[in-house]
Amino acid sequence: MSVPEGVSRRGVFVRLGLLFNGAVALALAVPVLRYVLSPVLRAHGPGDEAWVSLGEVVRFPPGQTRLATYRNPVARPSDGDTAELPCWVRHVEGEHFQVFAINCAHLGCPVRWFPQSSLFMCPCHGGVYYADGSRASGPPERGLFEYRWKVEKGQLLIEAGELPTPGGRALASVAAGSSRCA
Amino acid sequence: MRLGGRLGAWLEARLQLAEPLKKTLEHPVPRSSASWFYVFGSGALTVLILQLVTGVLLALLYVPSAGEAWGVLQVLNHQVAAGWFIRALHGWGSNFMVAIVLVHMVQVFLFGAYKFPRELTWVVGVCLLLMTLGMAFTGQVLRFDQDAYWGLGIGASIASRVPILGPAIVNILLGGPIIAGATLARFFALHVFVVPGLLLGLVGLHLWLVLKVGINEWPMPGRIVRRSSYLKEYNELTHTDGVPFVPDAVWKDVVFSGFVLLAIVACAALLGPFGPSGQPDPTIIQTAPKPDYFFLWLYALLSFLPPAAETPILLIGPAVALLVLFALPFIAGEGEKSWKRRPIAVLSVLLVAVGLGALTHVAQHTPWSPVMDAWSSEPIPAKDLAQRTAVERQGALVFQVKQCHNCHALDGLGGERGPGLDDVALRLTPDQLIRQVIQGGGNMPAYGKNLSPAETTALVAFLKTLHPAGQSPARDASRATGLDTHP
Repeated sequence: MSVPEGVSRRGVFVRLGLLFNGAVALALAVPVLRYVLSPVLRAHGPGDEAWVSLGEVVRFPPGQTRLATYRNPVARPSDGDTAELPCWVRHVEGEHFQVFAINCAHLGCPVRWFPQSSLFMCPCHGGVYYADGSRASGPPERGLFEYRWKVEKGQLLIEAGELPTPGGRALASVAAGSSRCA
Repeated sequence: MRLGGRLGAWLEARLQLAEPLKKTLEHPVPRSSASWFYVFGSGALTVLILQLVTGVLLALLYVPSAGEAWGVLQVLNHQVAAGWFIRALHGWGSNFMVAIVLVHMVQVFLFGAYKFPRELTWVVGVCLLLMTLGMAFTGQVLRFDQDAYWGLGIGASIASRVPILGPAIVNILLGGPIIAGATLARFFALHVFVVPGLLLGLVGLHLWLVLKVGINEWPMPGRIVRRSSYLKEYNELTHTDGVPFVPDAVWKDVVFSGFVLLAIVACAALLGPFGPSGQPDPTIIQTAPKPDYFFLWLYALLSFLPPAAETPILLIGPAVALLVLFALPFIAGEGEKSWKRRPIAVLSVLLVAVGLGALTHVAQHTPWSPVMDAWSSEPIPAKDLAQRTAVERQGALVFQVKQCHNCHALDGLGGERGPGLDDVALRLTPDQLIRQVIQGGGNMPAYGKNLSPAETTALVAFLKTLHPAGQSPARDASRATGLDTHP
């Protein structure tokens, strides 16, 4: 068997060995990538977003906006306090609610409700919203994020589980049409 | 051989390091580069070593768990002997690190050291700047307090704006759909393993390049860098007018490093550790999150960008800035090195410094944010209430209760989001005041639904009185004329 000039038997073995290592590395890469990308792959898996209770409807008097908290549907032991999340509940009237994310639609800082002037104000860059969550002034490009909600057995439920972000897709906005779904 | 002793000889017989070490340490450098301007790189390296040591010390107790990290920092601050001091050293070391790296970069830029043949040294240096900022940001997250929690939210909000991939990037960044335990764990992995690993590798490469390509000579105006002749000129310079790096040049590095360490120790001992601020409980919303010092300029920028331009600028700006930094040595690889003959280079540095400095300065008192408690903490100045009618005083009450004071200052007290109102009556007629209050506009919310007609009347009556003594308030000229001609 003739061997081409410049290629030794051992050289071929080195290359074969490298090829073999490459193949094993490729096989290894699959589970490694799945592990690294797991936050994305499971982002919309079952159980990530779920209906959680904000408590009895009677806790939210009509015409008022109040802070409510819920436990994130997927909580892990190391989450600590971060699994408890706040949101603003506005009881418009009767069976009509609005549930706003705490996160400003600009950069996610926690907005505060001022009942006296009926405004939400953000401490970070001065975003301001009206009582119905629509943008009043400042850098936000849109109204507050809203959770889908429903009333069941006297409990107010919202569909939660994902941090609302300006580029995210989880929550509807006031501007894009309110989410009356009870 | 100066290793001395039988142990030394025994080790040397095996390691055989003395010769290459001696050659490295005593390699000739241009006499002009043994200067006090050339000490910042070694200063940064010294701080890096301090950060490694204090980082390991902190890791002895730190727990990367969202439920426990904040409590551990309290233990470090208050219970462990000298725990507060180690935290302070690491925190101040971080600030000094960023500062020295920036000064080093400016010096290298102004001295033309990035030009041929040191392009790669510059490129690696830019990567090191990114790593340094990466360490500063991830380190700020490990101090898992309110600022860290909401800072992550800001990061996620910016990342989410990337077209198409945004939501996926957010999930990767946070390690899940929300800011939680997994988020802190991955920032811990970044801060403690990934970024330091890259940082050390790149520092090694950077030093290797400095040794191989040689330290930049002091730039003389008129001495032009040309690819064809520079290497020969530099070689001649180091051999005709060169000095050994050790000890002729290095003593200044050593002295400077000592002063830097002393300054860090002094800051740590006198000013103490950074935070943590409030506990990372998102249900505590009475907070005004702010980033650490070296990211304040970005925080300010984010409030000044027009809303529509914000996303493109946020996404394209950093890419352009990086492109400029990386391309610099390839675009301007030859020519004058001296800053005395490079006015545009000097102006660029000044422009960037003034820009970043100004943004950092305003970010320290955030004039764009409403002062959340001004309506209940800042009184109406007495001079604005003296000798006023009942309706006007009622208006002052409306001004407070409807939180106008959160955005509008009176006599220098209150928010600065909107204009101060001490002379508003000079600027707006009563009709314009009513319109502005009811309809808002110019970045002011509309208060039409929020004020009863009586409240609006009272508020405007109060605002009409706000003008300096001796100056008459604005009036509607057309109406005045109409009244005059048709009495």
